[in-house]
Amino acid sequence: MTEKKKAGFRIQDMTDTNLLLAITIIVFFLMYIGAMVFQGKGFLKAQTFFNILNANASLIITACGMSLVMITGGIDISVGGVAALVSMCCAVYLDFKGGNVFGAVLISLGIGLAFGIVQGLLVAYLDIQPFIVSLAGMFFARGMTTIVNTAPFNVANEEFIAVKETRITVPGFGTVNKLGKYVPAYVEIGVIVALLVVIILFCLLRWSRLGRGFYAVGGNSQSALMLGINVRRTRFLSHLICSLLAGIGGFVYFLHVGSGSASHAMGMEMNAIASSIIGGTMLTGGVGNIIGTFFGVLSLSTIQNIVSSAGLDQAWWTGITIAAMLCIFLIVQSVVMARKKKALK
Amino acid sequence: MSQARKQVKKKFNPAVLFRKQIFIPIAALLLLAIFNLIADPSFYKITLGYNSAGDPVLSGYLMTILDYGSELAILAIGMTLVTAASGGQDISVGAAIAIAGSVILRVLCGTDSRPDHMQAPVIVAFLIACVVAMLFGAFNGALVAYFKIQPMVATLILFTAGRSIAAWINNNELPIISDPSFAVYGGFIPGIPIPTPFFIAMVCVIITMLILKFTNLGLYTQSVGINESSSKLNGLDPAFIKFLSFVLLGLCVAVAGLIKVSRLSSINYSVIAKDIEMDAILAVALGGNSLGGGKFNMTASILGAYVIQFLTTTLYKFNVQSDALPAYKAVVVIVLVVLSTPKAREFMGKIAKSLKGSERSVA
Amino acid sequence: MQEKSVLEMRKIYKSFPGVKALQGVDFTLREGEIHALMGENGAGKSTLIKVLTGVYSKDEGDIHIKGHENAVAIHSPQDAQKIGISTVYQEITLCPNLSVAENMFIGRDGGIMQNWKKMNADADKILESLGIPAKSTQQLASCSLAVQQMVAIARAVDMECKVLILDEPTSSLDEHEVQKLFGLMRDLKKKGVGIIFVTHFLDQVYEVCDRITVLRDGQLVGEYEIKDLPRVKLVAKMLGKEMDDMSDIKSSEKPYEAKEKTQPVFEAEQLVSDAGIKPFDFHIEKGEVNGFTGLLGSGRSECVRAIFGADRVLGGTVKKNGKQIKINKPIDAMRNGIAYLPEDRKVDGIVGDLSVRENIILALQVMKGFFKPFTKAEQYAFADEYIKALSIKTASADTPVKSLSGGNQQKVILARWLLTHPDYLILDEPTRGIDVGTKVDIQKLVLKLASEGMSVTFISSETDEMLRTCSRLIVMRDRRVVGELKEDELTQNKIMSTIAGGESK
Repeated sequence: MTEKKKAGFRIQDMTDTNLLLAITIIVFFLMYIGAMVFQGKGFLKAQTFFNILNANASLIITACGMSLVMITGGIDISVGGVAALVSMCCAVYLDFKGGNVFGAVLISLGIGLAFGIVQGLLVAYLDIQPFIVSLAGMFFARGMTTIVNTAPFNVANEEFIAVKETRITVPGFGTVNKLGKYVPAYVEIGVIVALLVVIILFCLLRWSRLGRGFYAVGGNSQSALMLGINVRRTRFLSHLICSLLAGIGGFVYFLHVGSGSASHAMGMEMNAIASSIIGGTMLTGGVGNIIGTFFGVLSLSTIQNIVSSAGLDQAWWTGITIAAMLCIFLIVQSVVMARKKKALK
Repeated sequence: MSQARKQVKKKFNPAVLFRKQIFIPIAALLLLAIFNLIADPSFYKITLGYNSAGDPVLSGYLMTILDYGSELAILAIGMTLVTAASGGQDISVGAAIAIAGSVILRVLCGTDSRPDHMQAPVIVAFLIACVVAMLFGAFNGALVAYFKIQPMVATLILFTAGRSIAAWINNNELPIISDPSFAVYGGFIPGIPIPTPFFIAMVCVIITMLILKFTNLGLYTQSVGINESSSKLNGLDPAFIKFLSFVLLGLCVAVAGLIKVSRLSSINYSVIAKDIEMDAILAVALGGNSLGGGKFNMTASILGAYVIQFLTTTLYKFNVQSDALPAYKAVVVIVLVVLSTPKAREFMGKIAKSLKGSERSVA
Repeated sequence: MQEKSVLEMRKIYKSFPGVKALQGVDFTLREGEIHALMGENGAGKSTLIKVLTGVYSKDEGDIHIKGHENAVAIHSPQDAQKIGISTVYQEITLCPNLSVAENMFIGRDGGIMQNWKKMNADADKILESLGIPAKSTQQLASCSLAVQQMVAIARAVDMECKVLILDEPTSSLDEHEVQKLFGLMRDLKKKGVGIIFVTHFLDQVYEVCDRITVLRDGQLVGEYEIKDLPRVKLVAKMLGKEMDDMSDIKSSEKPYEAKEKTQPVFEAEQLVSDAGIKPFDFHIEKGEVNGFTGLLGSGRSECVRAIFGADRVLGGTVKKNGKQIKINKPIDAMRNGIAYLPEDRKVDGIVGDLSVRENIILALQVMKGFFKPFTKAEQYAFADEYIKALSIKTASADTPVKSLSGGNQQKVILARWLLTHPDYLILDEPTRGIDVGTKVDIQKLVLKLASEGMSVTFISSETDEMLRTCSRLIVMRDRRVVGELKEDELTQNKIMSTIAGGESK
């Protein structure tokens, strides 16, 4: 037995999740190194990387939730809408109702929870397809955003601005500017939140029984039921957590842009799905990894950065490159999985 | 005793009605119709007027529904096939419409973006758009059928890139066709007061029905959607059938694209046919078709499309802002979908039965 | 509750729309016994088990379990697990994307967190003690079906249960693995576990069971000590009638007699597919019934799939009536008059949501072509003809085929292929998982077709079925043809020794 274990590395012995994760991480590093070599300066600075994090903290959070739902075999396309609704509600609360930041955080969590509970109930207990439920959720959230306040506006609440402007310096990554002054590298609060979410969710999925339940339900819900897992509750929780994270993501987004608008976080659901897929989550369920999703978001945003710094700043190039990247990833995944299946035979 | 009961069942059983697939869109339509009748009967008023060119046109909310429901109905045809065969949905149809529309304008405009006359016959432009749209359909289809990528994900690619491609086709310019003969496809044929898109939609529907009747498209599609491996052993080529369904959807997209650009005689890349994929999918779902593929009912889907438009128009009538529209739509959709779940239908069936039971006991 | 019984089910009723699946069934399981639950398909065995495991909720009746004073309520598989009922189903109900160890331990009581180290160590210990060739960390999907089934059994056995339900667990195991399972069952019996064993293999019942409960049409026929119920009586109880001896089947049909020596109907030389079989030669004469035999996984299905073009053919030549033909896809084979009834009825056979009618006409329709659909009248004519000819039990030709019982589904698929009027019919495990009555029907039909001149290849896991129907057997081992038996060589012992290979025995 032990001899067999040492017999060397075989691709078919890897779990699907780990295999796809490995591909993702390798591709990300190749891409980033490529960007450093060919695009030079910008990408050599640590701050460029941190800026990618700053701008995409909210996406990381929502994509994590998305991965969770996808692992469980569902999908949630309402996350962008929820984020927009959160931004608008918080903005209105802070500026028109004289609220404080703590209250705004509670509002975000509340909105997320509300969406999670309703969508989760519909999906898990009434067996409605998650795509339809969250489609309606998205419509509802976007529509509600307009109903709450039609015009987009910047928040002027001082307490909020202070939180928004808080920068956390990262020691050791600063650069010296032309004047010889040391400029420290920094990240925003949102990044800390995002990293916390990644760590917590990773632990949840890896080491908790509930987390393994998500994989089991996604792998084969009928079997999971027979194995004694409460499938409905697991599904419900996956949607609940996803929407809750969409709420948190919405607040982080709001914190980053400092305004409320119905057109905020447009297409975020698609970016979140794309990041999850690039990160090795399969839409069929049962396969995926939060670390992969994290790298998925980074890959996606790095591509966007490369495109814009290459001077191809017309809007369509971003769309086309992301699509091309998604396409390549999907095909690679599909080919690798097919190969692996064949090797097993 | 049991035989007697069977006969009664055959005569009339309201529970059967609830289980019929077409019940869902019809019930939704009735609900909306009754709501409008109570809220404001003027909803049903149709007036005959004259447009700026002096041609007779019928106008009224019902006409709006017939008019704007057309693209949706056409898309619903293709979407139903894709859903049935692949068990997934194409979310790129909006973006693909932008591409098809852009191609049409590109061909009609030639080198100039604001020509005085069309540089090519509309039919040529349309056919080229058909080919392009079917190619993009084929791209989606190939990813789904041959690379075995889930439809939602595969079409996510074109969804992301489509509008960019549409803009790139016309160098991000905004071509305008001033020739009034182009506006016919999205407006009125001079002398006929009913909007042209409705006729186009009806032609599409009739062709589809004929195809379903005189070919095995329906049987093959359903068979593949229900059990792929069994279909393969019966001599079908499941991959090709899935592929075909996406190509056919491409054709539907081209037709819808023609109507869309003709309405404006121009194009707005980021707005044209926005969210139409969602409406088209909803139409299929409202038709009571399983979004997981398999059996389908085309009539129910098409009816579903008009119900969605009915809903939209009703909301507009009540001065709902166009941006807020989705919120109301969402609520209605959820109510409808919840009502159509087996649990709810079972419940309604029970109510119907108990009503019948009490009737009998009274008698 | 009686003393010594671990489980008592009293007056269980369960009905589905249109079907009374269980009508007041009683069932008693004693401590430390292996109890066979027998009945034809549709007799209510599966329903009774699903009621017991909480998959279905019963309409009426009580369930008592040892250690619980009152009747227990079982609403979900979790509830069943909690009160000490564990189950192994015929279909593998594990999650393919998880590791072997996780599949053994998930959904069982434990803390919030998962201790991987301990779990893997525990799993390895169990796997080793049962001799299951799998690693705890291996992804389940990378194990063979038999190993997956063994993992499911390992899980159930490890659960400290009072009642262990084995619902046809042996259908994907080979003889050796079945013996291992029986050993395990006997050990558990000694420990006082009550085991409910559902199977279609009569041999296995008489090998391990102590008592038998027979169900028919949702009703209890009776409960018997095994020694009081010889085989013939058991079958009679299951069918509800005295059965004519099955060994008569063969003599009842006259073999087809070729008028003159003709070319074989079908010939293959060095045929090989991508499913991992070695190239093989094969031929079949007009009116002949032959069969592939061998253990599960020996490649018998893969051979016939290669003939039909169901797997990708990599090489070799095939001839039909002496003329060389090319078969790349199933449709090529169909056009050449070959029909194939696949091994797995649910996955490869029926198109569940379509009606019986559509299922019957499907193959012929595909052969006729995309642009030439049959009219409704023609479709009904075909369907009605075969529903009658094969006595398929269905409410109407428009009933979805998935609502039929297993045996009737199999008949529908058979009807589908007979409708294409093939000269060469391949039946891969046509009798698996269906009731005894239908099994006999199908064997009779095979011989009848052959006597009318059709060539048939018949594959079955049950050797006596093959012996009854085939005049020539091709024996497979390790994905290669290792022998051919005919005439006097067609005996159980000879087959066994050929399968086992020269050196053993």
